[in-house]
Amino acid sequence: MGNEFHIVVCGSIVPDPLQTLAPQDGPNGPILQNEMMLPAVLDPWAGHALYEAADLAAKNPGSQVWLVSLGPKAKLQQVMMAVSQKAPFQLVVADGSSSGFEDSYETAKVLSDTIDGIAGLDKSKLLLFGGWQSASRGSGAVMQMVGEMQGVSEQFQGVDKITVGDDGAIEVLERVEGGSYQKSVVDGAPAVMGWATGELPEPPNNPQIGMQNMQKNMPALQQAKPADLSGSSLSFASVEVPQQRRETRIVKDASVDEMAQEIVEWIKG
Amino acid sequence: MSDETPRAEMETDIVCVGFGPAAGGFLTTLTRGLMNEDGTPVAESKAMPGMPPQVICYERADDIGFGVSGVVTKGRAIKASFPDLDLSQIPMAHEVTNEKILFLKDPVGASRRPGLFKLADTVLGKWMEDDAYELPYVPAFLEKHPGMIFSIGQLNQWVGGNLMGTGMAQIWPGSPVAEPLMEGEAVKGVRMVDQGVEKDGTPGAGFMPGMDMKAALTVVADGPVGPVGQHLDRELGLPEGNHQREWAVGMKCVVDLPEDCDWEPGTVLHTIGYPEPEIFGFLYVYPGNVASLGIFVPSWFDSPVRTAYRYMQHWMMHPYLWKRLQGGTMRSWGAKSLQESGKRGEPFLCGDGFARIGEGSGSTNVLTGSGVDEAWATGVQLGESVLELLKDGKAFSKENLEATYVAKRRASWVEEEAKVAEKSRDGFTKGVIPGFMGMGLTGLTKGLINMPGKALKPQDRIPTVEEYYKGYIQEGEIQKIRTECAKNGVSLHDALMDRVGWPEIPLDGTLLVSHQDALLMGGKVQANPGYADHVTFADPDFCKGCREKVCIEACSGQAIYTNPEGGTPLFDREKCVHCGACMWNCSKSNPRDNERTNVKFRGGSGGLHSAEN
Repeated sequence: MGNEFHIVVCGSIVPDPLQTLAPQDGPNGPILQNEMMLPAVLDPWAGHALYEAADLAAKNPGSQVWLVSLGPKAKLQQVMMAVSQKAPFQLVVADGSSSGFEDSYETAKVLSDTIDGIAGLDKSKLLLFGGWQSASRGSGAVMQMVGEMQGVSEQFQGVDKITVGDDGAIEVLERVEGGSYQKSVVDGAPAVMGWATGELPEPPNNPQIGMQNMQKNMPALQQAKPADLSGSSLSFASVEVPQQRRETRIVKDASVDEMAQEIVEWIKG
Repeated sequence: MSDETPRAEMETDIVCVGFGPAAGGFLTTLTRGLMNEDGTPVAESKAMPGMPPQVICYERADDIGFGVSGVVTKGRAIKASFPDLDLSQIPMAHEVTNEKILFLKDPVGASRRPGLFKLADTVLGKWMEDDAYELPYVPAFLEKHPGMIFSIGQLNQWVGGNLMGTGMAQIWPGSPVAEPLMEGEAVKGVRMVDQGVEKDGTPGAGFMPGMDMKAALTVVADGPVGPVGQHLDRELGLPEGNHQREWAVGMKCVVDLPEDCDWEPGTVLHTIGYPEPEIFGFLYVYPGNVASLGIFVPSWFDSPVRTAYRYMQHWMMHPYLWKRLQGGTMRSWGAKSLQESGKRGEPFLCGDGFARIGEGSGSTNVLTGSGVDEAWATGVQLGESVLELLKDGKAFSKENLEATYVAKRRASWVEEEAKVAEKSRDGFTKGVIPGFMGMGLTGLTKGLINMPGKALKPQDRIPTVEEYYKGYIQEGEIQKIRTECAKNGVSLHDALMDRVGWPEIPLDGTLLVSHQDALLMGGKVQANPGYADHVTFADPDFCKGCREKVCIEACSGQAIYTNPEGGTPLFDREKCVHCGACMWNCSKSNPRDNERTNVKFRGGSGGLHSAEN
């Protein structure tokens, strides 16, 4: 007999990491310059969680996948046109900033409240998926908090693989220090999985899946409720994105050893 | 039993290929009119009964904002679509405040200037500031004031965001289209590019044949090198007398100007004369001390080693520009080829089940140097026409599209101005001086008087390296340089430019960076795995015997490179910016179709990844 899961993936959008980012002072603290005009992508960590969720759902008939996303509605729409081609899921949207300058607790609260509003979600079958970390909110704490708010105490962080047994028990491989894995077994749902990179590659675009998804997801986008992220006591002393440093020098006839040595010296600073 | 993966098929009402300014104009106009004021649809979808017509647009790039160009335009059509347009709401957009045309003197002595240019260098010298002569006025036909400057990527993001907000059209990025689905001369939709294939197209693990999207109307807006437009041109030919033989590669970058730069936002510079007399330059200053700048290298620049990147660097270092650019930082970089035959290159604008808009439909005005607004206007014309046909319950037949879309286009300013421009560049087929004279004559007489000339195919124009450098470098020495370059696996152009006196570029790692570093700075290339290479050679044996290998020399991203084993050049799509320069610059004709070259540029995934170009 198969196992039915109700998988909720928490995943927001982040500015495309290949773009030039620059923080600026906004009326309520730091913002990303041109955030609304920068192309955005699904947070790569959440992306892994989504593809693992879709794979798990495909292997366990009757399962469903929801993607709960906190982000500006207009940008989410664009990103979802790309993401929805990759895996079947139902989108649930909380409309708010995803610039990375929000408080983790508030973010978790919005996500948890949004999950509570999903019609038809059976929490006894709940697997709460998300990125172990985030490309914008790097604290790695949001998924743990969402899990706590949902009353899910079985939590795994840095997950790379899960295997579901016939009895519904889930074997989880979690990353631990030294490149090793910790193997755990949980009786079954509900559980929280903060995914590392997982094992699945990004699925190819499939316009058919995309079109089916967007028929359901466009209304979700249009009906998105504004997320309240105003109560934060968080303040930023200073903000800066990592700067890439580029020093081009033309040196002719250098040997490979000399080049390697120079790179080592450069890295040592 | 066959184990072939079945090809999926779906139906929609309207499918649009490519999301650029033309598609932006089309979809903006169409989506505004699909619903009546009482909330009922103007027509019922045939693909999804009970719903308004379903409209889907496919875009090859990974995001809808990855257009490559800084633009100065009068913006008449764009303003008409957005009467309350507030440019401050679009990053990198601004009104044109100051427009200049500059004649640039050759400060290094390496430019191949005809006598008249040398004379101008001397005569105008006393009025020059920093080796540049500012023309006393901008001829009316070139003037963009009052107008606007913007980044096409940012405009596309803004337009796309507006469109998706309506919920009336879907725009799918990362969705390359391979070809139209044709039945005779009718188009029945499009076929997407196969996925899960090796570089040569053979099915690999996870093979998924591209889906067929059937539609009552296919809108072809995929630009000058788009696979659907190219396929139609091959199948249908061009209307009698038309040709697509005039091209240019635009190479540009976006630069953070140094803090003390005195260029005001809205400043527009056009330059002529340097680095080579055939090469034009442009510079647009955005708010925030940022500028888009670069050069156009046209097909009449008869060099077989026409590297645009190094020429752009020499142009930036011209004293007039360098004075204000030095200390700046390159933010992103990119290239695009432009179909500059204009109305002469117009294909069949419509047929049963299809219509063509934008640059690929020949809308670019080659006299005024304007294309984005014209492309937008053609999109609007088609949008209005499609709404009329939907309301009247008429089919998207050739006849009905001609009576609506083509008729609107013929009656519009786009057509009127295109006719004026039609012969404006004929003079360039005889040389750069007759070219400039011809443009001036055409512009000042509104097309009444033109310099005559007959356009040749690019591959018939491009001389051998020996011919081009005759009088500059001895044949024997060229052979020596060629052998040396082949041995080191590098292209010829740097060695030849060095040899004829172009100084070395003093790379500074911020603004003057190596071509390879430019590929990594802001405008990175994204090439998704699982797709076939989109650049191939029609007859690889032809390439083995080719001595010019312009595809290597002209490649904007150094994605086509010397094969260390000799023979057919190699291609690395991780560097390809999809500009198409290889296709129109190749010096060999396709053996099966001599109007085309031996380079095949097909539908492919990815491309340049930058939203601010």
